[in-house]
Amino acid sequence: MKQSRSVQEYLQLVERLAPKSDMGKGLVRAFWVGGLICVLGQAITDLAMALGMDRQSAGTVCSIALVFASALATGLGVYDQLGKYAGAGSIVPITGFANSVVAPAMEFKREGYVMGVGAKMFSLAGPVLVYGIGSSVIVGLIYFFLGR
Amino acid sequence: MWMYVKAFLVGGALCMIGEALLLRTQLTSSRILVGYVTAGVLLGALGVYAPIVEFAGAGATVPLTGFGYSLAKGAIEAVHEQGWLGAFTGGTASCAGGIAAAILFGYLASVIFTPRTKK
Amino acid sequence: MADKRMGAQTVALPSTPRLAAWSAIVGPKEGEGPLGACFDRVETDDMCGQESFEKAERSLFTSCARLTLDKAGIRPQDVHALLGGDLLNQIISAGFAARQLGIPFYGLYGACSTMAESLALGSMLVDGGHCARVLCATSSHFSTAERQYRSPLELGTQRTPTAQWTVTGSGSALVCEANAARDARVCVTHVTTGKVIDLGVKDANNMGAAMAPAAADTLLAHLQDTGRDYADYDLIVTGDLGSLGRELMLELLRREGRALPPERSVDCGMLIYDASQDAHAGGSGCGCSASVLCGKLLGQLACGELHRILFMATGALLSPTTTMQGETIPSIAHAVVLEHVGKEE
Repeated sequence: MKQSRSVQEYLQLVERLAPKSDMGKGLVRAFWVGGLICVLGQAITDLAMALGMDRQSAGTVCSIALVFASALATGLGVYDQLGKYAGAGSIVPITGFANSVVAPAMEFKREGYVMGVGAKMFSLAGPVLVYGIGSSVIVGLIYFFLGR
Repeated sequence: MWMYVKAFLVGGALCMIGEALLLRTQLTSSRILVGYVTAGVLLGALGVYAPIVEFAGAGATVPLTGFGYSLAKGAIEAVHEQGWLGAFTGGTASCAGGIAAAILFGYLASVIFTPRTKK
Repeated sequence: MADKRMGAQTVALPSTPRLAAWSAIVGPKEGEGPLGACFDRVETDDMCGQESFEKAERSLFTSCARLTLDKAGIRPQDVHALLGGDLLNQIISAGFAARQLGIPFYGLYGACSTMAESLALGSMLVDGGHCARVLCATSSHFSTAERQYRSPLELGTQRTPTAQWTVTGSGSALVCEANAARDARVCVTHVTTGKVIDLGVKDANNMGAAMAPAAADTLLAHLQDTGRDYADYDLIVTGDLGSLGRELMLELLRREGRALPPERSVDCGMLIYDASQDAHAGGSGCGCSASVLCGKLLGQLACGELHRILFMATGALLSPTTTMQGETIPSIAHAVVLEHVGKEE
């Protein structure tokens, strides 16, 4: 095949013939699953505040509880099925972050607890911490220099 | 009750935007998470995200943009209290609970459970 | 030497090496598929009683190789070479299996094209008189491929519509000299070696599109070299292009003015799962073409249901590193001509 001529042409052909994801269905699923996880978070926060916690602590309790629920669901093999159904609906909430910590930790258990579990645990979630914490430090420094 | 409706709508909308990005762009889920958390830090720093949190509660804090928001909020508050050192400690401190929980429960899950083949 | 070469890429095998025995072992999902009844063995658990998925794949490879030798009634020490490979880094399934089998071993890496590559090389070794018996084998496993190429099993992600499902399975075939295997009903007559082709596809979740040009290129070279036409074959069998890849190959061939009639084209990746199994574009992996060939097609050739097929397994020669570095996917396809051998009067 004459390669020089056909690269562009071929990529157009692939684009044309490739099946497309069902956008509408995907969006609806992501919406209701993601929304429901947030409602669950709101319920946990409200419960913690009803038990006398301040808002900050209740938020932390909410995070910890959702992370726990996600770790359990991942371990039981439920979260990957939820993810298959809901896509970003179960990726974007903090439960998705927890899933991306727990899944590689479980997966690499057979490579040992130090270089397997320990090292691989943040192979997917690490970038979130790098960019999240990194940019928060920069934001803090900017506030410091721009005169508090 | 109205709070739950707002949390559902805002949280669902944030997830739906993520799904649209997944389906329509070549972005992988890791990149989307990085984008969300960074966007949260930026919106938090600019003061745009706080009203959304006020409005939707967990609908805005549970998605990863909320993670970024609380990183930025923590860093800024700590700068007010401690000066430049706060920029380094404040963000992480505000999210320490979630991160530590992920490490602990992740470790425990890896000890207890074994991954199974998808069907 | 010159008289065995036909054109630029094809070799004729005048001694027509025979396939004396073959077998296919697959995992549970493949067993539930439309070809479930064709395979020699369907594992009930894809761990195959082992401690890790890697060991499970190795055990598939080893048991499949042993089963083929048993069927042929040959001991491992009487096999002159084992040609095999798989998808894992440093082809550990084949290498570690060879350690157990104790057969002189050449490790091959052709990604999902490995079954055709091993048959091609094995037949040439036998035709050249360098080996009397060569065992060609390959394997793949969904869970080992997934953790190496994609993501952890428990990660909640969605697969794109063009994604393919790595087959858990192994196939192996024993190539013998024609005069030593008078009962064998299948022979290899030609081999066409593929070139590495890359038409710029970058998406590692769309390997069918990456491999289709390689398949079209090898097929055209084969027709050119042998002077044959599609009508000379009952079937043109591709390895694991999947539904999109096959469609793209047919379109490329049409544009080259050598349209392949769709009814003569089958793709192993589309045969192994049915629509209800959620495999998206179809099966993939070394074990895909290997198990379909050794489970179904060779049997059909042996009984004369098929007379001559072109078996063309395709491989995407990418790695997670090249994908992360944003490179395009080079691909290859090797073809072997397999024929039914009639009973001697």
